[in-house]
Amino acid sequence: MELLLNIALLALLLITATAIACTKDLFAAAMLAGIYGLLSASFFMTMGAVDVAFTEAAVGAGIAPLLILLTLALCGRRQRPDRRRAALALALVAIVGALLLAATLDMPAFGAVDAPAHRHVAPRYITESMAEIGIPNIVTSVLASYRAFDTLGEVVVIFTAGLGVLALLLGGGESRSAVPSSVLQSGGQSRDLVLRVTAKILIAPIMLYALYVQFHGEYGPGGGFQAGVIFAVGFILYGLVFGLDALHRVAGHGLVQLLAAVGVLVYGSVGLLGLASGRNFLDYGALAGDAVSGQHVGIIAIELGVGITVAAVMILVFYAFFAQLRRLGQLAVRDEEFAEGRAG
Amino acid sequence: MLLASLYNYWVVIALMMIGLYMAIAQGNLIKKVIGLNIFQTSVFIFYISVGKVDGGSAPILTAGENLYSNPLPHVLILTAIVVGIATTALALALVIRIKHAYGSVEERDIQASEDAAAAGGEKPC
Repeated sequence: MELLLNIALLALLLITATAIACTKDLFAAAMLAGIYGLLSASFFMTMGAVDVAFTEAAVGAGIAPLLILLTLALCGRRQRPDRRRAALALALVAIVGALLLAATLDMPAFGAVDAPAHRHVAPRYITESMAEIGIPNIVTSVLASYRAFDTLGEVVVIFTAGLGVLALLLGGGESRSAVPSSVLQSGGQSRDLVLRVTAKILIAPIMLYALYVQFHGEYGPGGGFQAGVIFAVGFILYGLVFGLDALHRVAGHGLVQLLAAVGVLVYGSVGLLGLASGRNFLDYGALAGDAVSGQHVGIIAIELGVGITVAAVMILVFYAFFAQLRRLGQLAVRDEEFAEGRAG
Repeated sequence: MLLASLYNYWVVIALMMIGLYMAIAQGNLIKKVIGLNIFQTSVFIFYISVGKVDGGSAPILTAGENLYSNPLPHVLILTAIVVGIATTALALALVIRIKHAYGSVEERDIQASEDAAAAGGEKPC
């Protein structure tokens, strides 16, 4: 049964990817990318990677297609055929693929218990983590304690990417024009009653669920990365249905920017607390009476930092993309007024 | 038998090559970014496939269970997915800026206007 699911899901992934490559309509490609994300999340689920499936479902099926759609709204949905390099690219891809295929013949069989990947550090995580860290979810133990330094680096990468998006999209002075945002009130806010009512019902459970995922990450699948993304999805849904102004009233731009930095700061400070008490960076032993409860406190603190940064960066990215859309709308309105003025 | 034991890796290679082809051959920058995303996901699928243990359960310690999937690839990929969406957002932001600067996201048009600008810049000399 598991094997059949595996084969079917991978075949569907292959079909979806081919369809994305072939379609000339970028809107269809964005929608297919969403399906692709959901399929890969299901695949991760059958592989027993529950934490990964969680993240992929929120990111691959939720945020990635949304960002692509926002970009399409700005750049147009039609792709012009361009066959200049197709033959060369096909030849190159065929050669690389054949080489990789030859390399797989030396790979250990799929699912083998004695594969080299399972014999190095993984047994230690599985057998010792309960005694050393004291929480059942091994993925969280490794993420937030054994490899906390890695994770700090990744949080900083996310923060930096968020800064990059802000610098690229909010840098131009023109975007802060004097045209009041009420001009776009009707454009930025959905008038569909069904959508508004459904969104209102959905947003509270999404937030509650995000909190559950955040604080239950030690005992079940979940943690700061997943919770941050789910939190952001709740805010983005609110912004999409009720307009950017309503979202700005709930979470101001400055506040979200501050929170993105605060998350990284919380993570780093927990690490420095270890140094201050004469231990290693990110050693949680000093945070509570004994080593194991110190781990608990440390993991909750840094997961909180991760969650805050991830949620804030995702909301900031949404703000930056949506602001571009609004600017485009304002230009269109200005052109219209200009044309009307000339006609009159 | 060989097919069943290597099927996952072959699908990964096929997905990776589709992504690579899109990144090289497609002229539209948004399509290129989607291609890079497919390439990226194929690597995720590879790691998670490597971490799978036959009969192993999800790596959450429960009483009476002693065979688990390898948790290490899960950790690496979990963070890679979130880092991936952050970098994808950065790439799409660059695409939007290119659209502002050149008025197009097709590689051919960008190249043409670059060439025109270069030719125009050389004339006065």
